Amino acid sequence: MIGATWTSRLERGGTTFWRALFLGVTGLLGVILVLRYTQGLGAVSHLSDQMPWGLWIGFDLLCGVALAAGGFTLTAIVTIFHLESYRPIVRPTILTAFLGYMLVISALLVDLGRPWNIWHPLIFWNPHSVMFEVGWCVMLYTMVLFLEFLPLVFERFGLHRPLKWWRHVTPALVLLGVLLSTLHQSSLGTLYVIVPQKLHPLWYSPILPLLFFVSAIALGLAMVCVESFLSLRAFGKRLEPELLERIGRATAVVLMLYLTIRLQDIWLRGSLPELLKLDRGAWFFLAEIGLGGLVPMALLFLRRIRRRPLLLVLAQFLVVLGMVFNRMNVAVTAFQLGTGAEYEPSWMEFVVSLAMIAIGFALFSLAARYLSVFPEGPLRQARPTDPYAELAKEFSS
Amino acid sequence: MSVAAYGLLFDQTLCIGCKACEQACQAEHEQRPHAVTQLDHESFNWVQPLGDSGFVRRLCMHCQTPTCVSVCPVAALEKTAAGPVIWKAERCLGCRYCMMACPFEVPKYEWSSVNPRVRKCDFCVHRVREGRETACASVCPTGATRFGRRDELLREARRRIAADPERYYPEIYGEHEAGGTSVLLLLSQPPAQCGLPTNVPLGPLPPLTWEVLEKIPKFLPIYAAFLGGMYWLTQRKNEIARKQKEQRDDRSDLDE
Repeated sequence: MIGATWTSRLERGGTTFWRALFLGVTGLLGVILVLRYTQGLGAVSHLSDQMPWGLWIGFDLLCGVALAAGGFTLTAIVTIFHLESYRPIVRPTILTAFLGYMLVISALLVDLGRPWNIWHPLIFWNPHSVMFEVGWCVMLYTMVLFLEFLPLVFERFGLHRPLKWWRHVTPALVLLGVLLSTLHQSSLGTLYVIVPQKLHPLWYSPILPLLFFVSAIALGLAMVCVESFLSLRAFGKRLEPELLERIGRATAVVLMLYLTIRLQDIWLRGSLPELLKLDRGAWFFLAEIGLGGLVPMALLFLRRIRRRPLLLVLAQFLVVLGMVFNRMNVAVTAFQLGTGAEYEPSWMEFVVSLAMIAIGFALFSLAARYLSVFPEGPLRQARPTDPYAELAKEFSS
Repeated sequence: MSVAAYGLLFDQTLCIGCKACEQACQAEHEQRPHAVTQLDHESFNWVQPLGDSGFVRRLCMHCQTPTCVSVCPVAALEKTAAGPVIWKAERCLGCRYCMMACPFEVPKYEWSSVNPRVRKCDFCVHRVREGRETACASVCPTGATRFGRRDELLREARRRIAADPERYYPEIYGEHEAGGTSVLLLLSQPPAQCGLPTNVPLGPLPPLTWEVLEKIPKFLPIYAAFLGGMYWLTQRKNEIARKQKEQRDDRSDLDE
C-alpha cells in the first residue's frame, strides 16, 4: 500500500514536472519566435556566413526526417510485404511520422530566411536542385501521411463509409509513401554530395544518399522499439515483446548492411588513414560508428539481449543516438572540420529544437488519448505504472 | 549551359591597392562608403592586402557552371548569357543552400534583417546589359582589372605569362576552378599565398548531384514495380497458406 501511494505520488510529481517543462520550453519558444521575426535570424542564432546551416538543419531537418522513418518502414512491412503480425504497431509509427514531418516543416519556418516563400518550389522549378526535390517530397509525403492518419479520425467519429473506402486506397497510399520516403531520405544525403571539399573525408561520400537511406531504415526500426517503451512509460501501454524482439533482429541486420557499406566506402576511398590522426574527426567518427553502430549491432545479434526488454530498448536507444549523432556530424562536425568554420549553437537554437520535441510528445499523447492509436483504443486515462516492474513481468513470463 | 561572354581579368602585378574599385562598387550599389575588411553583406568587392606581396581582389567569381545556380530550389540564382550570376529577391526563400555550396564561399547573408537578402557581386549586370563595363573595371587607374570577353581575356592572360614567366604564377586562377569562372585572376604567387581557396575542385560541381538526381526517373518505375510485385506475391502467399491451413483443418476433422 505504501509502495502504491509512493508510486502514484511519484507519478503525479513526474507529470507535473513534464507539464512544467513543456510550458517553460514552449513559453520560451514564443519569446524566441518574436525575436526571430522582428530582429532576424542573427538575433537568436549563432548562424553566420561561415556556418549558414546549423543545429536546426542538422537536428530538426536531418534528424527529424530520419526519426520519422519508422512510418514508411512499418507501413511497407505490413501493407506491402503483408507481415500482418506487425499491424498493432503501425498506427503509432504513422502518427509519429506525421507529427515528425509537421514539426520539420515548423522548424523550417523558423530557419528559412523568408519563410513566407516556402511554397515557391511549387511555381519556380529547378529540377537540378536537390533541395527542390527534398521540398517536393516532404510536401507530398506529409500529405500522404495525413491521408494515412485520417482513418483514426474517421474511427473516432464513427464515419464508417469513408473508413471502408480508405481500406481500398491504403495500398496505393503506402506505395506512394514508400517511394517518396526513399527519395527524400536519400536526397537529404545528396544535399552534401555537391560539397566534396567542404566535408571531412570520414563523412563525405558520393554514396551519401545510399548511406542516408539504409541508416534511416535502421533508425526507423529502432524508433519503433524506443517509442513502444515510451508509450509503456506514459500510458502503461503493454509492450509486444515478441514483435519487438523480431524488430531487434531486423535492426541488427540492417545495421550490419549499413556499417558494411559505410566502412567499405571509407576503405575504398582511402579515407581510413584519417583515423590515425586521432583528432576530433577521428574520435567523433569512432564514437559514432562504435557506440552508435557496432556495439548496438552486436547487442542486437545476441538472443539473450533481445529477450530482455530493458536491454533491447537500451540497445535500440543506442542505435537512435548513433544515427542522430551521424546526422549532426554530417551537418555540423564534418562541415566545420572541412571549412574551419566556427559555430556553437546559441541557447535559443537549443530551445527551439527542444520545443519541437516537446510539442511532438504533447501532440502524440493527446492523439493517444482521443484516437485509436493503439489496438486497445483511446487510452483515455493514462494508467500510471512502473515501467520497469512491467518490463520485469514481461521478462519473467 | 552556354559559355559566358564577358569576364574580368585581374592582374595582381599591376594592382597598387588604391581601392578605387571598392569605392566605385559601393557607389554603384548605392551603399554608404565604408572601409572593406572582408566580403560581407555590404561588401561585394574587397581588395585584400597580402602584406609584402601586394593585393588580390576578392569578389564573386561568376562561375561558368555555377554551383549556387544548380542548388537553388527556386531558381533564384541565374547565370545570364552575358556572364553575370545574379540573385532574384522575389524568388528566394532563404534556405541558404547557395551559401553552403559555393566553393568560393562568396554569397553572404543579411543575418539581422527580417527580410534577408543573399548579397554578392552582381558583375554590375545593369551596366553590362547596356554594353558598359563593370564599375570596378571602369575606375581602375593601372589597368589591373580589365573587362572584356572571357576568351579574349584568357588569351591575354596567357600571353602575359608567356611574355614574362618570372613575373607570373603559371596558372590562371579561374581558368579551371569549379569548371572555370568569368573572373580570372592572374597571380604573381601561388593561390594559397594569396589567401584564395585552394581546395576548389577543377571540374564543375553541379554534375555531382545531377548524376544522382537524373537516375531518379529511371529508378522509380523499377522500384515501384518491385514493391507492387512484392505486394501481390506476399498477399498470394498468405492466401495460399490460409487455404492450406483450412484444408488441413478439414482433413483433421474427417480423421476424427
